[in-house]
Amino acid sequence: MAFYFVQFLTGLASAASLFLVASGLSIIFGVTRIVNFAHGAFYMLGAYVAFTLTERFSGALGFWGGIVVAALIVAIIGVLVEMVLLRRIYHAPELFQLLATFGLTLMVQDIVVMIWGPDDLLGRRAPGFKGAVDFFGQNIPSYDLFLIALCPIVLGILWLLFQRTRWGVLVRAATQDRDMVAALGVNQKWLFTSVFALGVFLAALGGALQIPRDAVHHALDLRIIVEVFVVVVIGGLGSIIGAFVAAVLVSELNAFGILIFPKISIILVFLVMAVVLIVRPWGLFGKPEAAARRTPGLTVTPWRPLTSGERLMSLGALVLAAMMPLFAGNYALTVGSEIAIFVIFAASLHFLMSVGGLASFGHAAYFGLGAYGVAFLAKAAGLPMIVSLLLGPVLGLLGAAIFGFFAVQLSGVYFAMLTLAFAQIVWSIAFQWVEVTGGDNGILGVWPERWAASPANFYWLSLGITALVVTVLRVMVFSPFGFALRATRDSPLRSEAIGINGKRVQWTAFVISGTVAGIGGALFAYLKGSVFPDSVGISLSVDALVMVLLGGVETVSGAVIGAIVFKAANIWLVSQTDLSKLVLGGFIVLMVVAFPKGIVGTLETIRNRRRSADTKSALATSRIEVAE
Amino acid sequence: MRRRHLLGAGLAIAVAGMAGSAMAQSEIKEIKIGEINSYSLLPAFTEPYRKGWQLAVEEINAAGGINGKKLVVISKDDGGKPADAQTAANELVSSENVAMLAGTFLSNIGLAVSDFANQKKVFFLAAEPLTDAITWSKGNRYTFRLRPSNYMQAAMLVEEAAKLPAKRWATIAPNYEYGQSAVAVFKKLMSEKRPDIQWVDEQWPPQGKIDAGPVVQAVAAANPEAILNVTFGADLVKLVREGNTRGLFKGRSVVSFLTGEPEYLDPLKDETPEGWIVTGYPWYDIKTPDHDKFLKAYQAKYNDYPRLGSIVGYQTIKAAAAILAKANSTDPEKLIAATEGLSMPSPFGEITFRKIDHQSTLGAYVGKTALKDGKGVMVNSVYRKGADYLPSDAEVEKLRPKQ
Repeated sequence: MAFYFVQFLTGLASAASLFLVASGLSIIFGVTRIVNFAHGAFYMLGAYVAFTLTERFSGALGFWGGIVVAALIVAIIGVLVEMVLLRRIYHAPELFQLLATFGLTLMVQDIVVMIWGPDDLLGRRAPGFKGAVDFFGQNIPSYDLFLIALCPIVLGILWLLFQRTRWGVLVRAATQDRDMVAALGVNQKWLFTSVFALGVFLAALGGALQIPRDAVHHALDLRIIVEVFVVVVIGGLGSIIGAFVAAVLVSELNAFGILIFPKISIILVFLVMAVVLIVRPWGLFGKPEAAARRTPGLTVTPWRPLTSGERLMSLGALVLAAMMPLFAGNYALTVGSEIAIFVIFAASLHFLMSVGGLASFGHAAYFGLGAYGVAFLAKAAGLPMIVSLLLGPVLGLLGAAIFGFFAVQLSGVYFAMLTLAFAQIVWSIAFQWVEVTGGDNGILGVWPERWAASPANFYWLSLGITALVVTVLRVMVFSPFGFALRATRDSPLRSEAIGINGKRVQWTAFVISGTVAGIGGALFAYLKGSVFPDSVGISLSVDALVMVLLGGVETVSGAVIGAIVFKAANIWLVSQTDLSKLVLGGFIVLMVVAFPKGIVGTLETIRNRRRSADTKSALATSRIEVAE
Repeated sequence: MRRRHLLGAGLAIAVAGMAGSAMAQSEIKEIKIGEINSYSLLPAFTEPYRKGWQLAVEEINAAGGINGKKLVVISKDDGGKPADAQTAANELVSSENVAMLAGTFLSNIGLAVSDFANQKKVFFLAAEPLTDAITWSKGNRYTFRLRPSNYMQAAMLVEEAAKLPAKRWATIAPNYEYGQSAVAVFKKLMSEKRPDIQWVDEQWPPQGKIDAGPVVQAVAAANPEAILNVTFGADLVKLVREGNTRGLFKGRSVVSFLTGEPEYLDPLKDETPEGWIVTGYPWYDIKTPDHDKFLKAYQAKYNDYPRLGSIVGYQTIKAAAAILAKANSTDPEKLIAATEGLSMPSPFGEITFRKIDHQSTLGAYVGKTALKDGKGVMVNSVYRKGADYLPSDAEVEKLRPKQ
């Protein structure tokens, strides 16, 4: 019995660390709607700065002072980030801030290694909390008890702050309806900045408090960020209590789960999230999101198909790309094939995001399923390449059909997180089912047949399929189905009123998108000759998001450009510099500032402004933000 | 919309850049080795590793290069992703025309590059990946491996572990291929030597994400007499801290993979648990002329002590140079012929690349952890030659696929 009680307390201590970080993220998201990918980076910075301070100033005061000061320092960094970077892009399309914070995260990973060196650092133990307390023969670390006590205190302070101060009232009001708060004359700028500072402070505090029981190293951010997101979503976005309950739930399930299934940790949080979201679409304590009020200024000018001149130009560009094997070497051609494949992948996500209005955070699942599909067919069944290429994506289709059915019942960030959960479930199957998938050692030897083996032929194959896929997706945008999908995106109520079955249309779009991603994955398997769980992983899903956002989410085919720019920059930078993450992160941040609507989106806005200025019909249209 | 136009332009720019670098390469008196490792993902291991191979390059060129030609190592980062490692391998082979590939740390990346090497018929010297598959079940004629494999390290540890009186064993290992196969081999070899032992618990925390408190508590609840640990890096730090506070290691024997390597032992500082049986690299304790020479050169150049990564990096390039010198050609078939059965000196003594499975006989030090002046060290370390801890030739024949 004592054991179970101690295990329960141990779970609570884990929950405490999770809660501190999650509460900050939840507050930030609730008010600013920023999906703050850099939250983990702030957590890690908190740990590093606290490490330096506590090493420098010894004694109880040095330690506890160091922890608090570290959190304050990082909060100030957070304020700077918010003022310099995020303020510029609050009016960018939804999720665009994700791109900026993703760039920051990449930069921080390299920066901490530059400042603190590559070695894992061992922080001091907390003065007064070094040992353990004996509980009927079981030892409980006293620091765990400290964390368990701290957690409700922080929760209480936050509660008072939100319920009993004017600032808190404003924050809650903004969480519910920030447009209305702005309309009532509240200075949103400072409200956002202060909220961001508080959120970052909590993240950094969470990181700093880990140094007595963890090692400080440069991968801390990624270790926590996804888990924290999951906790926030399970709890319900913007709900502090929800974050607390979710942290306890997840940690306790893990603490007791490993007693029965020792391998459960790898997937547990995602399973919990999937179940919670299917049963309660807005998390445990969340409220249904109010229907987004579209500001008139953001009305999108209707998309239009290409003019015949533009069609010719596109064709010319394709012919030009097809001539690459005449002058390029094998490496360039292989990179060309890889870029083409990522164009397919990005285009598939773009179709779902911009046409369907559904941002998937787990799109790699279908890419990876396509790749595994090919690997199974080619290796296990020994089918020829053409057949495998045709049938491999079917696995992506099946996955998308099953997961999509559940996912389209949700919307917004909850949709995104459910897709993430599904992707992680697929990933863990690929990772764990060693007999079938080879586990993380993957499936090797999936090389193309002789006719496609030469880099030039494979490049032509990839380019051809890419052109076909992009064209088909584009045609679909302007088909009746595309119109129905866009109607559902723009106004669920009105589209339903005219007889469109919104959920079915979205589900179909999800399946199409997943299948196309599967085609990309199938080609990718042959390009690399192998399949690893990586191709289902979170980082690939994030890459896809980055490509779409970089291209411009409000455009018809911006993802094509986004994929080319991101992938080419990525491959080139990784090859050229040891600080590829710093440079790539910086590049992304610059792009975000320079092209707040994505590359294609911003270019088109400029072009349209010019055109409308030419026709002198300026006043009416120049106010309208144009997307195509 | 000008998307395809831009697509073409983008590709053309990318191509122009790549073609330029491909043309710029000189064919004069240089031999190039292409090196790939997870520099950005695992800097704690790869920084010392890089220093190691840079030292080797310097020494080789100072001694006149390879049969008079200058040795150049072109190094790429794989970011910890197999797919990126293949892109890098492709660049090295197609654009840089390297004579061979070398490096890699993670097992899955080692396997990806080895499969690439097999497909493109390129010589590959795997430096660090520990998986047994790379020389056995997924071995191929183009791939050789330097470091002692999982099996060899397990066999070295089992030799000591079997002497322990403990009968009830628990295991803690990261939940991925390395952890799984380390536990599987250890259990198999251990149960062969000691049919009387029982496996009472196993814990599989996700790699890099151990929630150490519950894991320690769960293992303690099974009340084992001895524990096998396979976690390393930051996971190990958390595990040790929780284990120390909760008294998990008190009165229990612990056998631990790789923990004696400075990369993993040094971060534990004054919390280093004493008496663990570990494999590792006690650089401060090795008194052989071969190692002295290496140690002096390393410390003179970097003003830092070597980690195991330094040895691996150093010996990888030294081995590559020895292979290239003996083959006196960059033809992969000649390189293979030269490597099979090739013996060479190393800081750990002479090593040989076996013909039968392309595994080198580089060994490892086995010893016990101890605390000295607030730092973790290995004591009573003995060098175990790799050759003594490999299965019989007949067994290896069965493990390797028929070519």
